[in-house]
Amino acid sequence: MADLTAGPEKTPKQGNAADAVRASLTRRNRKQKLLQGLGLGAIGFAFLMLFILVASLVSSGYQAFTQTKITLEVYVDPEEIKPEKLPRGGFKDVLQASLSELLPEVDTSDRATRKALAGILSNGAQFDLRDRVVADPSLIGQTITLTVPVSDPYDQLNKGTIDRDTPEQNRRLKDHEIAWFDQLKAKGVISKPLNTGLITNADSRFPELAGLKGALIGSFWALFVCFAISFPLGIGAAIYLEEFAPRNKISDFIEVNINNLAAVPSVVFGLLALAVFIGWFGLPRSAPFVGGLTLALMTMPTIIIATRAALKAVPPSIREAALGIGASKHQVVFGHVLPLAMPGILTGTIIGLAQALGETAPLLLIGMNAFITSAPDGPFDSATALPTQIFIWADSPERGFVSRTSAAILVLLGFLVTMNAIAIYLRNKFERSW
Amino acid sequence: MMNDMSKIEQGIAVDAVKIQARGVQVFYGEKQAIKDVSVEILDKTVTAFIGPSGCGKSTFLRCLNRMNDTIDICRVNGDIRLDGEDIYDPAIDPVQLRAKVGMVFQKPNPFPKSIYDNVAYGPRIHGLARSKADLDEIVERSLRRGAIWDEVKDRLHEPGTGLSGGQQQRLCIARAVATEPEVLLMDEPCSALDPIATAQVEELIDELRLNYSVVIVTHSMQQAARVSQKTAFFHLGNLVEYGDTGQIFTNPEDPRTESYITGRIG
Repeated sequence: MADLTAGPEKTPKQGNAADAVRASLTRRNRKQKLLQGLGLGAIGFAFLMLFILVASLVSSGYQAFTQTKITLEVYVDPEEIKPEKLPRGGFKDVLQASLSELLPEVDTSDRATRKALAGILSNGAQFDLRDRVVADPSLIGQTITLTVPVSDPYDQLNKGTIDRDTPEQNRRLKDHEIAWFDQLKAKGVISKPLNTGLITNADSRFPELAGLKGALIGSFWALFVCFAISFPLGIGAAIYLEEFAPRNKISDFIEVNINNLAAVPSVVFGLLALAVFIGWFGLPRSAPFVGGLTLALMTMPTIIIATRAALKAVPPSIREAALGIGASKHQVVFGHVLPLAMPGILTGTIIGLAQALGETAPLLLIGMNAFITSAPDGPFDSATALPTQIFIWADSPERGFVSRTSAAILVLLGFLVTMNAIAIYLRNKFERSW
Repeated sequence: MMNDMSKIEQGIAVDAVKIQARGVQVFYGEKQAIKDVSVEILDKTVTAFIGPSGCGKSTFLRCLNRMNDTIDICRVNGDIRLDGEDIYDPAIDPVQLRAKVGMVFQKPNPFPKSIYDNVAYGPRIHGLARSKADLDEIVERSLRRGAIWDEVKDRLHEPGTGLSGGQQQRLCIARAVATEPEVLLMDEPCSALDPIATAQVEELIDELRLNYSVVIVTHSMQQAARVSQKTAFFHLGNLVEYGDTGQIFTNPEDPRTESYITGRIG
């Protein structure tokens, strides 16, 4: 301000300054445009990658959401299946007989041909029939209609994955087998309904039978245990550190280490769980309970950090208001601060749990990638989880597992998106302004 | 100074000393915020603390209900007595003290709860109401004392945060008086309010004087002149001058007080 009094000789300099500003303005504007362009480019790239990811998953996975099935009229022959011998019996032969009826010109005197013919049906077909007959033995001697999955090669043929133009020796199905299938299709017994087995079946060696039930239930138990442990412990630790702990070297040290803990590679937690939970405590391998404990170790730092941030974000005026009326420290924390921080805490928790749901490495180390063909009955039963199931299927050579892997990834992504959507919904619903 | 005060008190219906502070020093870590302040705050009187920013008036106010306890690095020396009882005595629970010494803050800070729950919170935690009807009565009485009953009686169960700034501040005053305090501390209660709301709150302060000893920190000298009977001028952590409001504003003894009042420092 004092310079203004310095007077007229400053005026030319001011003109220069205006020129300088104008000159630098072009440069600054150019920089800003460049920065904006880069930002937009980055976002565009991210969207493109997301699109490619989802598109490739959908294009390879959509086939798994349908399943080729065949409808058979099965005469439950009392010669083959005797009520007193259940659940044993010649179910396979009965099914083959009904197939032969559909394809009468096939000569079944040859054992190899019989075997090839039976290969149209999924290995699970006989168990479907067995289960129905065991449930209702009065079916013996009657003819029942049975819709069962076809085996994987025929499923792939029906879905167009097996190319008919490939030379016969390079093909999973021989020319005569394709001819059988075409005859069956012409008779209208082949259908391609929604593949409910993907959700209702547990894992199987046969892709047409393999489903995610075991993995879904395993993941549910693991997440349940993870939540039940990490939520109360995480919030408790965060409240103590944020509201009650004295600020000193020890609490600083703890804080730094919690932040570090959140950044520890997950495989390390898996090793820890293997050594401590399974090695020392003797908990069962492959159990969702152990998986949940392991995931809780990883989720807890996330919850602690999110909770502390949420507690910090509660305006001090609310604390002062409550203290000024004569509320005690714990009344302030539990009556005012915690309820106001809850939306932030829940958001952080759900995001932490979503992370845990997709975590693979620690579960591999505690054996949750075992081949288990039945869904677990509880958290201590052997099970897989969604990501480890994907891992197993991705490792399997059959063509059917390729699409199933993608389908399982889509299911997992669906859960993740849902959980994140819930987190956003909760945050918007309960967020308050002051 | 004591002699001055006894002269000043003539003509005002004042009975007893409510709060007596002697040799109060406050430190934030190494930094001394209050240097040896001694003051006697009278019952049923509005006492104004004035002074430039950072002079320690809010800090001193917060010593009176031990709100400074919540700041880790804050240390208070000296002797503050409420009705002759040392409030920094280890046997005194600050929670109990704050029920007796209510506080209203600079920014209206209603809880994000209903108007009713805002006012009922204090009586609830202190167990002042034996029944629902009792509590209803306390809430109504407090809201009436806060001069806001007529405006909110039809929407007691709507959130207190939905009120206007001035209404929120009167709600906070109602909330503070609901616990039946003996002293009411107000830390710049009108600084976030418009002139109309300020006038309403000032009118309210004048009424509150009938029941409570009110201590108000204010940046507005006009406000101090309008609402208070006693004024204390703080400067750089010292209590420079304390006396009858009329005298402080018309005939200050200390040159610093005069400079501040006439706008030369601050």
